[in-house]
Amino acid sequence: MNRYSHPALSFRCLTTVWALLLVLTGITVFVSRLDLGALNIWAALGIATLKASLVVLYFMHLKHEPRLLKLCLFIALLTLASFIGLTFFDVLYR
Amino acid sequence: MTMQRDATAARLGMWLFLFSELLLFGGLFLLYAVYLARYPADFVAGGRQLDLLLGTGNTILLITSSLTVALALSALQQGRRRLCLGLLCATVLASLLFLVNKGVEWQAKFDHGLFPGGARLEETAPGQKVFFGLYFVTTGLHGLHVLIGAALLLWILGLVGSGRVTEQDPVMLENGALYWHLVDLIWIFIFPLYYLLL
Repeated sequence: MNRYSHPALSFRCLTTVWALLLVLTGITVFVSRLDLGALNIWAALGIATLKASLVVLYFMHLKHEPRLLKLCLFIALLTLASFIGLTFFDVLYR
Repeated sequence: MTMQRDATAARLGMWLFLFSELLLFGGLFLLYAVYLARYPADFVAGGRQLDLLLGTGNTILLITSSLTVALALSALQQGRRRLCLGLLCATVLASLLFLVNKGVEWQAKFDHGLFPGGARLEETAPGQKVFFGLYFVTTGLHGLHVLIGAALLLWILGLVGSGRVTEQDPVMLENGALYWHLVDLIWIFIFPLYYLLL
């Protein structure tokens, strides 16, 4: 047996995630047609982040990966967030 | 052959590579964010000129292809090799359809003079020039990743077909699938930021 690979996710689990992703795509298109002012971009980013989490956790099996890998992803995202955050510290207060 | 393999380490290596891809696209998203803050009205005007139908269609295509490649991995792990091959074929087909749609979309933009240096774009506000510049760079780089991902999956399809990637040793398919999911992930952010601006 292959003891290094994680257990196969069931077809039912994967299809449920896919259906959720399609529903969220529908919601993000619908919400973008409403005029919410500055809230539009935050709603779009929020829904995209939710979709991305579903893909990462289930399609990419992060849920079943060792803690080391989860920590690595966290650090990578933190790095990206600090790049964006620090840039805006400069850009917004010029 | 008694080669030692560690699938967890192989996946960790793949993830480290994906982080570098994340930062590559992260730089483009950072540029987008800064210029959106500077030219909000021009970005909205630019986004309105993108084809929402093609964008949504491509989103559905990529999400579905992400599903088929995830199913292909599960099928291989369950020892259903033929199903795995079929699902990989479907994934490659979806990626080609995505590129055809992208080509149609780009062609329309070129026909309308909406490209860097194009007649119509030259007359518009500076913010729209930035918007379309970023649009072409970001979707172009993403399209290149789709092309590479499709080639990678086609190669892995051959390896599964010839029995070199198997139920016992699926790490190649696992990593190929990870790459394909990254391509999907990036599109999940490109779609609302470029096509759904209002």
